[in-house]
Order: sequence, then C-alpha cells, then structure tokens
Amino acid sequence: MKYILFIIGILSLSSAGYYLGSRRASSSVQGQIRKLHSLPGHYGLFVALWCGLPAIIIFASWLAFEPAVITSLAVSRLPPEMKQLPDQQMSLVINDIKNIASGTFIREKDRALIEAAGHYRRLQATGFTALIAAVLSCMAAGLAIGMKYITPQMRARVKVERTMRVLMLLCSMVAIFTTLGIVLSVLFEAIRFFNIIPMTDFLFGLHWSPQIAIRADQVGASGSFGMIPLLTGTLMISAIAMIIAVPIGLMSAIYMSEYAADRLRTVVKPALEILAGIPTVVYGFFAALTVAPFLREVGSGMGLDVSSESALAAGLVMGIMIIPFVSSLSDDVITAVPQSLRDGSLAIGATPSETTIRVVIPAALPGIVGSILLAVSRAVGETMIVVMAAGLTANLTANPLEAVTTFTVQIVTLLIGDQEFDSPKTLAAFALGLVLFVMTLCLNIIALYVVRRYREQYE
Amino acid sequence: MNSMNNGMGPVEHGTRNLLIQARLKRRYFTEKVFQLLGILAIVTAMAMLGVLFVTIIGKGYRAFQQTFIRLEVFFDRVEIDPLGTGERDVLSRADYGLLVKNAMRDVFPYVTERREKRELYAVVSSGAAFQLREMVMSDPGIIGSRQAVWVLADDDVDMYIKGVFEEGGGRLSERQVLWVQDLMSRGDLRKRLNTAFFTKGDSREPELAGIGGAVVGSLYTMTVTLLLSFPLGVATAVYLEEFAPRNFFTDIIEVNINNLAAVPSIVFGLLGLAVYLNFFGLPRSAPLVGGLVLTLMTLPTIIIASRASLQAVPPSIRQGALGVGASQMQSVLHHVLPLALPGMLTGTIIGMARALGETAPLLMIGMVAFIVDIPAGIMDKATVLPVQIYLWADSPERAFLERTSAAIIVLLAFLLLMNGLAVVLRKKFEQRW
Repeated sequence: MKYILFIIGILSLSSAGYYLGSRRASSSVQGQIRKLHSLPGHYGLFVALWCGLPAIIIFASWLAFEPAVITSLAVSRLPPEMKQLPDQQMSLVINDIKNIASGTFIREKDRALIEAAGHYRRLQATGFTALIAAVLSCMAAGLAIGMKYITPQMRARVKVERTMRVLMLLCSMVAIFTTLGIVLSVLFEAIRFFNIIPMTDFLFGLHWSPQIAIRADQVGASGSFGMIPLLTGTLMISAIAMIIAVPIGLMSAIYMSEYAADRLRTVVKPALEILAGIPTVVYGFFAALTVAPFLREVGSGMGLDVSSESALAAGLVMGIMIIPFVSSLSDDVITAVPQSLRDGSLAIGATPSETTIRVVIPAALPGIVGSILLAVSRAVGETMIVVMAAGLTANLTANPLEAVTTFTVQIVTLLIGDQEFDSPKTLAAFALGLVLFVMTLCLNIIALYVVRRYREQYE
Repeated sequence: MNSMNNGMGPVEHGTRNLLIQARLKRRYFTEKVFQLLGILAIVTAMAMLGVLFVTIIGKGYRAFQQTFIRLEVFFDRVEIDPLGTGERDVLSRADYGLLVKNAMRDVFPYVTERREKRELYAVVSSGAAFQLREMVMSDPGIIGSRQAVWVLADDDVDMYIKGVFEEGGGRLSERQVLWVQDLMSRGDLRKRLNTAFFTKGDSREPELAGIGGAVVGSLYTMTVTLLLSFPLGVATAVYLEEFAPRNFFTDIIEVNINNLAAVPSIVFGLLGLAVYLNFFGLPRSAPLVGGLVLTLMTLPTIIIASRASLQAVPPSIRQGALGVGASQMQSVLHHVLPLALPGMLTGTIIGMARALGETAPLLMIGMVAFIVDIPAGIMDKATVLPVQIYLWADSPERAFLERTSAAIIVLLAFLLLMNGLAVVLRKKFEQRW
C-alpha cells in the first residue's frame, strides 16, 4: 500500500513539474508562444522527465535490492556461531527473523533471533526514510535543473522525443533480457548440477530416482539422475497427444477451409477457440478425475491392467488441448494456398477431395509440418495436465497403459514446497529445465524456419 | 475419332462406359467419405468440448448450495463469561464448541453413550463454533439468550444430502443417517445458497473452504501483470513498428520475441525462482512476483498483437500527419496510436485471459502454499484461482471434488467474460481502410 502511495506521489509531483515547466515557458515569452521553439507542453514534459525519471529509477532499484541488502545486514549482526550455519539452515533462520519482524509469530524464544528481528525492522524503517529523502531531494534537484534549462530557444521537443525513443528502446530490450535471464539462470544452476553429477550420467542414465539420503548411512538412497526414462515418458505422452490432435485438427481445418459454409465456420471457429482458451489446470482435472477412471474401467472390462495414472489418459487429454492449435495453424496455411491451384485442378475434372489431397495438401505441406512441430513443442512443455494426470515414478516402458513421468512433472515435484538451494535435487530441476528449453527452442526454430520458407513461396 | 475407334465394336464401347461409370462412382464415394471424415473430426472436437463442460458443470453446480442445520443455541453466560467481565479477550477465548454440543444434545436427548455423542457432534461442521463466536463478538448482548442459528453441516452430511453417494451414507454411520433424516423431516436441515464459498479463504474443512482468497490473489496478480505488461508491450510494439531501423539488433529483438512466445510456461517459473526470489530476494508466494513472472509470459502475446494492429493502420495517416508538419513522434502518438489502440487492447485482454488461467510458473515461485487469510496487498502471501483448483484437485475428500469443479466454473466464467469483451471490442472498433 505504501508503495502505491509512493508511486502516486512521484507521479503527482511530476505533473506539478509539467505544469510549472509549461507555465515558465509561456511566461518567458509573455504568452506569445510562437516565439518558442516547441509547444509549452514540450517544456512541461521536459521538466516532468527531469523530475520523475531519476526518482523512478531510484525507487525501482530500491525495490529490487532492498530485501537482499537488509537481510544480509541483519544476518551480519547475528552471533558468530549462527553465522557459521550451512546455507539451508541459514535460510530457515532468515525466514524466522522475517516472521518475527512482521509479527506473524511471537512465540520464538531465541533472544538472538528476536534481537535480529528488531534490527531488521529498524533497518527497514531507516531504509524507507532514506528512500523518501533520496527520492524527494532528487525530484527537487531535477525540478530545479529542468526549470533552469528553459529558454525560448531550447529545443525541448527534440530532447523530449529523443528521451522517449530511448525509453521505448529500453522497453523493447526487455525481451532480450528475458531470454538472457532464462538462459543464464537455467544454465548457471545446471552447470552447478553437472559439477555434482557427471553430465554423461544425466544424459544417458537409465534410472531416475532423485531421493537423496537424509542420514549419511541410509541404504540405497544415493539418488540417481538419469534422464532417459523422463525423455521416453515425455515423448510417449506427446506422441499419444499428436496421434489424437493431428488427424482431428488437420481434418477439421481442411473441412473448414475447403467445404464448410460460412454459417458453420462462424460457429465452429469460436468454439475451437474456446477449447484453446481453457486453462490447462482444467484439462488436468478432467484427465485425472474423468478420463483416467474411465480408461481404467474400460481396460478392466477388456482384461487389461490400466494404471490409474496411465500415459494414455494424460496423452489423450493433451491431444484434445492441442486440437485447436493444430487446426488454427493449418487453417491459416491451407487458406494461404493460392486459389488458382485449386481452380486448375477442379477444371481438369478432379473432385474436391482429390484436389485437396493431391494439390492443396502437398502445396501446404511445409506449413502443416511447421504447425505440427509447434504443436509438438507445446506438448513437450505442457505441465499441468501431466502433473495432475501422469505418474511420478520414472518407468522406462513402451506400454501406454502404465504410468510414466515427464520432464515437467519432475521439475514441479522437485521444486514444489521448501527446497534447499544447493542440493542436487533442486539443481536437477534446473538441468531438466535446460533440456526442456533447448528441446522446445530447437523445435520452434525449425518450425518457424519451415513456415517462413513456405510463406515466401507464394508471396 | 471414328477412324481411331476402328475395330472396336459398340459392345466394347459400352464396357468402357461402364468402367468409367464404376470409377466415377468410386471417386464420388471417396469424396463422400472424405467429407464425412471432416465432419467427424469437427464433431469429435465439439463433442469433447461438450463432455468437458458437462462433466465439470455437472460436478460443480452443487457446490453453490450448502447444507445448513438449524440449532436452538443457548448462549450460556456460565460457559462464555462466567465472571461477567464482558472483556473481549474472555469472550473470544470461550469454548463455543461446547454450546454447539449442548444444542445438539438438546435436539437428541436420548443420545448418552460417549461414542454415540461423538458421532452426533460430527454431524455439525467444526466451523459452527467460529460462527457462534463471531455472533457473540459482534453483539455481546445475546449472551444469556436462546437463539435459532443456521450452522454449517459437516461436509459428509452435505455430500449425503446432495445424493453424491449412490447407496448408504458414504462416510456417515447408520445412526448419523437416521439423525440427519430426522432433522430433515423437522425442517431443521436445509440446503441454502453458499455465499461463504465466494468470500472465504482456503480451509482444510471442505465445508468452510472458499475461493475468496484465491480470487483476491488473482486480482492482485493480474493488476501487477496488466500495469507492467501493457505499457511495456505497447512501447515495444511502437518502437519496433514505427521507429526502429532495420538492422541486426532489431532482428535479434524480433527473433527473441517470437521465441519467447513459444517457450514453455514452466521455464518462466524457473526464471522467476532463480532471478526474482533467489537473486533479488523478493518474498515467496507474493502476487508481486507472480505478476512479474506472468508479465514476461504475456509480453510476447501483447507485442505481437499490437504490432499487427499498428501494421493495419494505413501509411496515408502517417504521411498526412507528417505533411502538416508533425514530428514523427507526434504523428505516432496523436494519430497512429489512437487508431491502433482497440486492436492492442483486444490483444492485451486475450493475453491477460491466458495469464489468468496459468498455473505452472506460479507453482515454481511458491504460490502453491496453503493460505487461509485473504491477502491484503501485493507483498502478502497469496494463491491464485487456478492454483487453488490444483490444490483442491489433490485433496482426497469427496466434498473438495465438488468445490474444485465449482472453482473451475468461476474461472471459466471469468475467462468467457474477458474473451467476450475482446470480441465486443474488436467488433465495435473494427475499421476497414
């Protein structure tokens, strides 16, 4: 709440700067604004930018670094024997300090902790006061500087527009920073993981059971991190999904673009979009509570032993989820095929289906392949359906009626709840994330390349 | 023609015709089959949509009603405030469970055995005691009086009343079933509208659990997402479309945006965990962090939609503005952007709808914790609606199944509303040049 007030304060002071600046500009030429280089509003914006921009930068960096700085300061005051604690216990201690400081539990008896919490709270208060002081003085200085610069000859518009362009450029660089952030954070943790577990064990190991021994002498729980069972599980579920989604999606796209009357299209297209807009957690619920028991019943009726977390159920529902993805992308591709090709084929006596199968589809094939690849990448990265409907144990099996697990399921189970940040268990999740990222990236790049090549053909 | 047909009798001509006829028949048959396959595909897709909706609505609609029991509660001064001090502290710490038990014993005076009594008390929800306490706290004057109170029934009773169990009483014992039927025949047990479902936070007791906390958490998260992603997305789109020079650097930005649009959402969660939580030390489970993660996820959607809608504005608008002496920035801000804004808003709403349904990245940043309190700000611990659905879907109690479906209905209603808004916006402001 206090942050919202803070932002409102900065904005209102900046608008005051705008008002003062434009007043100053028009009064400097006694109201004859034709003598100004720019419109008075530009001078106002010039002052407002001087006033607000540095303040917002200070505020944002304070928001980003305040928690970390204050925590480390509070920790530095702890008694030396507590400072020696290993990282994971340290994080618990820090959590306790924060909880005491915010007053959520007061029953803590340890004096050192209570003292640290008091210190923490004082630091927070001092920090906030310092922030207010810094921002206010910065805004005052900015206002003064901006006002001082105002002369009728000053090229305020040019300066304001240049600043805005730079700001826009910074905004568009967020995309680069995001990709960089993903790659670096995942790669960094993955490298730490590979320092503990050799990379070859991870990439080619046939056994996945990330249980780490709690006691040093525990038997048979050293933890093994071979990703092959996860890879086969992911591929199997994706394959089942594609077996469902590709024929249905493709056939409905063909029907919609080649046969359907406009009336039907206006009904079916939004309905397919609804199918695409349903959150994956809903599909997961549907898979776990409706499809899986149904399959189990059908299976036992046929004398088959179907696991209640079978790959089939997850794959089936994932297929339903991907249908609209395949159909809308293929629809775009098929409608992009020039009409002249169809007309030519129909003119020599081919039926519409022969035209579609022998002319339109071959012409659209690269695009269709591209859209299927994009759908595969979607299936590989899909999380909630498999978390809720697929299993947790890593089976190396080719039987779709058994439970298998996937990359995403393991990432979620490894990272949910409290984690210690240095154990191979947690780091393994990042290594899996890296594999997932690389896999989907390759699929996407190939798909985009194929689609682009194809588009150029007819343009 | 005739000379070529020399030697072929009329008979052979006839068989050729027949052959062609047969082949035509076959071809038309294939044509029919092909069309049928197309229709079949569409029907299958629609049927799956239908099955999905029917099962979820069929399971969920009952959660909007809840079973209540009418009790004659005697607010005994001896039990609540024996010293008559009237202090709030004393009032809040009194044993209201005992009042509920007494009231239940008054209804069924013949229940005396210990085990039977415990079964009797289990018919009423443990939330009844809290309800009585709230009544006393808001009006201490009722102490000493006898009041008729509708209290929540236990979730097992609720399930039994709603007829979820095909035979028998499910987890209810035979005695409990008899008591419940007795209460019902007296009119002291009734299904009423379940307003608590929309206002309360999560709970371990299904009959007390509500989506209020999750909805508020979603609201905070979405506000952060919208406030960050809309300006960022529009600024990026305007820069790339109107100002950026075509060079290697802008090509990299474009490739990045297209790739980010296809990165699995869980990877964004990993990014949030590593960067926001571990590097910047922001609090776990906070809507602020959730919003930051979802911002990065929705940005590509918004940017791509905004660029498309900027491209749709004809160049003559820009040239006109430049021709009367506007600067490039003025022509964009005063003329192009207002015309492109409806399209941008549509894209933003669709992006927000996707963010609202997103679960996986929020699991990574700890929004999956069990949180009873309704969050009061963007730094509080919170959960969001889809995560709440995920949490409830894991619970073994039968009554949570119903609540999960009801929460899904609410989520889908929100999504439908947002998508509907996007469609209306598109229809209303659609402009053909």
